[in-house]
Formats: sequence, structure tokens, C-alpha cells
Amino acid sequence: MLLDDKSVYLMRLGDNALVLSQRLSEWCGKGPAFEEDMALTNTALDLIGQARMWLSYAGEVEGRGRDEDALAFRRDSHEFTNLLLVEQPNGDYAHTLVRQFFFDVWHQLTLDALTRSSDDRIADIASKAIKEVAYHLRRSSDLVVRLGDGTAESRRRMQDAVDALWMYTGEMFKADETEELLGAQGLACDPSTLKDAWLAMVREVFAEATLTVPDSEWMQKGGKQGRHGEHLGLLLAEMQFLQRAYPNASW
Amino acid sequence: MYAQMVDTGMKRVQGLDEMSAEERAFQEKIDAGIKIEAKDWMPEGYRRTLIRQISQHAHSEIVGQLPEGNWVTRAPTLKRKAILLAKIQDEAGHGLYLYSAAETLGVTRDQVYADLLSGKVKYSSIFNYPTTNWADIGTVGWLVDGAAIMNQIPLCRCSYGPYSRAMVRVCKEESFHQRQGYDLVMAMAKGTPEQKAMAQDALNRWWWPALMMFGPSDGESVHSAQSMQWKIKILSNDELRQKFVDQTVPQAEYLGLTIPDPDLKWNEDTGHYDFGEIDWEEFRQVVAGNGPCNRDRLRTRVKAWEDGEWFRDALLAHAEKKSERQVATAKAA
Ligand SMILES: [Fe+2]
Ligand SMILES: [Fe+2]
Ligand SMILES: [Fe+2]
Repeated sequence: MLLDDKSVYLMRLGDNALVLSQRLSEWCGKGPAFEEDMALTNTALDLIGQARMWLSYAGEVEGRGRDEDALAFRRDSHEFTNLLLVEQPNGDYAHTLVRQFFFDVWHQLTLDALTRSSDDRIADIASKAIKEVAYHLRRSSDLVVRLGDGTAESRRRMQDAVDALWMYTGEMFKADETEELLGAQGLACDPSTLKDAWLAMVREVFAEATLTVPDSEWMQKGGKQGRHGEHLGLLLAEMQFLQRAYPNASW
Repeated sequence: MYAQMVDTGMKRVQGLDEMSAEERAFQEKIDAGIKIEAKDWMPEGYRRTLIRQISQHAHSEIVGQLPEGNWVTRAPTLKRKAILLAKIQDEAGHGLYLYSAAETLGVTRDQVYADLLSGKVKYSSIFNYPTTNWADIGTVGWLVDGAAIMNQIPLCRCSYGPYSRAMVRVCKEESFHQRQGYDLVMAMAKGTPEQKAMAQDALNRWWWPALMMFGPSDGESVHSAQSMQWKIKILSNDELRQKFVDQTVPQAEYLGLTIPDPDLKWNEDTGHYDFGEIDWEEFRQVVAGNGPCNRDRLRTRVKAWEDGEWFRDALLAHAEKKSERQVATAKAA
């Protein structure tokens, strides 16, 4: 039971990093400025590295012989456990950045808690990842400020993105039994404890960015339990193509 | 090469006795192997030629992200995906160092880039070919980065300091890309029959365009002779192409792949491989804009630039607001 919960939890961490990395890599060579192309690729690369660490560990704990690639390329969308936020399409650059910012704040808080995990390997992966994520957050929060408080058009685009993505943020803090259990054991972090800090950071950045925090309370949920929207299936069809078409090949 | 057929604007190469005192001193410095730095005097032709050459090279690095980006979302393992992302990031970085090197010659990156988007300045013909199967990604690393290194290693010794230093940095990363590309092709050439067929198909499609990267024979070209006198071109196109063929044939043999050239054979007398005729009409057409992907590549970059305009405008607007606020606070204090 405990092993199951632990591998489920590790897979969630890996799936978030993997799916967001996949989305960012769709921008490859098409960013709005050279520096953004570099930064997007760099962030995608950091996240793929983190996905590999989490998924490898998840596969080991699960004990069914699945490695990082079996988990990434041979599961269907209902078996993916990423947050709905990270599977949302790139949209314009404002959507990509707001999605990144919402995720980065949560990611930083989560990893910070995980550096104190009772499981050494989790603490170790989190300590490596948090250095990269601190940089992601510095970059995304800085850009949110500059684009929110930029031109009338950039503010409108940013506010549209905030309004569109807001309903995917609630799920980040909704603990399920797995997270409550592992949280109580000091192995994982109970996400409901992160909500106030997340909101405080978002409010602070939005105040400087002259953006409005939406007051709508209705939130989508289900990603962690494998209930996704229509976009994830297409993302996986593309990502998994070679492994599915040539199942006996090694690459 | 990444910079192909660079026009020097010269009608013929001048001898030392026909030069002004300044020009002669400049040429003597080059002949003595002394590097020219950004602040040094240089002939206008040298400056303009270098701007063309360096910006073509930079554009190639930037456009070169597109054929590779075509497969980054479909890489078959997480490790291969990470390697490809890292390579693409390196190429974007090469583009940036090279634009900075061009800027030392008195142009701005935005001006130079506008010439790419308007189609006035080219990038390497090689990036106008499509990547249609996963083995293409390895083949591009092996052949395209391989050909680029052939050209760029000698350029590490070129006469212009900022360019030669950029080349030193770039070459280290390019050889890494080439090794990783070869490793990918190896995995496929030693893999299932389908994988081996993909590797062979990729080699069939990339071999001749890779040879075209070096450009037509220099022959009587005034531009090549002038560039060599200025030491911004070190070896002739044919010399570089021959070195590339000699290096690559045994690598293909080791993979068990066949180079698509019936005339390719070892020549005992010359100690080099003889190879078949290159289709220079295809090359001219690709350079003129009629390759399989020219329009798509340029359209993609133009669209990215136009879609990004609001983003760049907003960053400028924010920076202005910020400095106005600083001035206002300073006044109030
Ligand atoms: Fe490069
Ligand atoms: Fe290069
Ligand atoms: Fe390269």
C-alpha cells in the first residue's frame, strides 16, 4: 500500500515536469526573441532532467520493471497524473508565461518542502531541482511584471491568460488520500499547506504587474487522478509516436 | 558552408604595391598573423565581407534550430530528447555569439536579422532540406555539424579576433554534436531492419546536400581569393570537401551504411577518395529560394518575429516606464 502510494506520488512529480517540458519544446525556434528561444529550451531541458529522476525512481519503487521510458512512452492519457495546468496548450506567449509562472511558484514551494523529506532520495532530487526552479521562477515572475506593466496590449494579453488559466490552479492544493498519507509520514508534502504562500506570492507579483487576481472560486480538478482534458491525448500521441510504432526497437 | 559564396564586393585582388599606406599596413599585419581587433583600422571591403560572412553563419545557427525542432517533440527516449534539446540550445547560443561578433563591426543585431527576414541575406542551403525520419536527427549531427567543423576549425585561425574567438568556442560544442549524432545513427544502423532502413534513407537524402555545403569550386573566384588574402577564408571549398569525404567514408562503412554515390572509390595515387559529380543546378536553385523548405523556414521565422512584436514592444515600454519612475523619484528626493 505504502509503496504504491509512493510510486504514484513520484509519478505525479515526474509527469508534471515531463508534460510541461513537452509543451515548452513545441516553441523550439519560434519564440518572440532570441533570448526567449534560449530560455525556453533551457527550461524544457531542466524539466526533462527532473522528469527522468522522478520517473526512474517511481519505476524502481513500483517494482514492475518499468524504467523512465516505459513510463513516459507506454502509458495512455488516463494513466498520466500531471496537473491539468501543465497540459494546457501554449496559446500565445502570454499563456505560456502565465502557465509557467503559476507552476513555478507551486513547484518551488513543493520542492522546498521535499528537500526536507524523510526519504533521502526524494530530498536529494528536490535539492538538485530546486536550484533550477529558483531560476525558472525568477525569470517567469520578472516577465509577468514587465509584460503586465508594459503596453496596453501586453496587459490585456496577460490578463486574458490569467483569467483563462486560473481555474486550473485550484487542483495544485487539493490533497488526496495519497498526499495526506505521505504528507503525514513526512515523506511528501501535503499540498493544501502551500496554498497561502502561493497566493501571497501571486498577489505580490500581480500587484507589481498591475494584473488582477481573479475572484472566481470554481476550479477544475482530476489531473492527478488521471482525468484529463482533450489536449493531453494529442500531446502524448505525438510524443509517443516512435515507441508505439516500433515497439521492439531500442534507440 | 554555413556561409556560402560570400561576396567581397571586389572586382580583383590588389597587390601590396597598389594599396594605400593604411591598406598595406593592414595587409602586412594579416600576413604576419597579427589579429585584427574591432577598434583597429580596416578596409571597408574587409568589414563588409566579414559582416556578411558572420551574419550568414549566425542566421544558419538560428534557422538550423527548425529542422531539429521538428523532431524534438517526437524524440523516442527521454535521454535522446534531452540531448537534442541541449544541442538546439547550443545552436541558439552560437547564433547569439556570432551576432555579437558581427556587432563589433558596427551593425546591430536587429539590422542584420531584418536582412534575414526580408530574404536579403541567406543562411546555409543545408537547412532547406526536410527532416523526415528520426535518423535524420543523428545524420544532421554527423554530417552537417561534421561539415561545419571542417570549415570552422581553420576559421579559429582567421584574421578577425572576435570571429576567431567565437569559432574556438563554437567548435568545441560542434564536435560534441557530431559525436552524439553519430551515436544516434549507430543505434539505428545496429537496430531493427526498420531502423537500419531509416538510417540508410537519411544518409541517401543528406549526403549530397552535405557536400554542397562547401559551395562550388572556388576556381577563379575573385571573392575567394580576396577572402583568402584577408585570412577570413583559410582553405578552398574543394580542399574542405575532400577532407570531409575522406573523413566520412570510413565512418559510413563502420556503420554498415552505403554512401549514395556509385562513383565513390579510393584512389591509391592521390591518397583520397574520388567521388561523383555534384548537382550544382540543385544547389543554385536551393540558394535562390527554391529548395524543399526555403519558404517554410523563412515563413516560420517571420511569423515568430511578427507574433513576438507585442512582447518585445512591451519589454521596451516597461523599461521606459521604469526609468521615468526612477527620474521622478530622484527629483522628488
Ligand atoms: Fe552551431
Ligand atoms: Fe556553426
Ligand atoms: Fe552544432
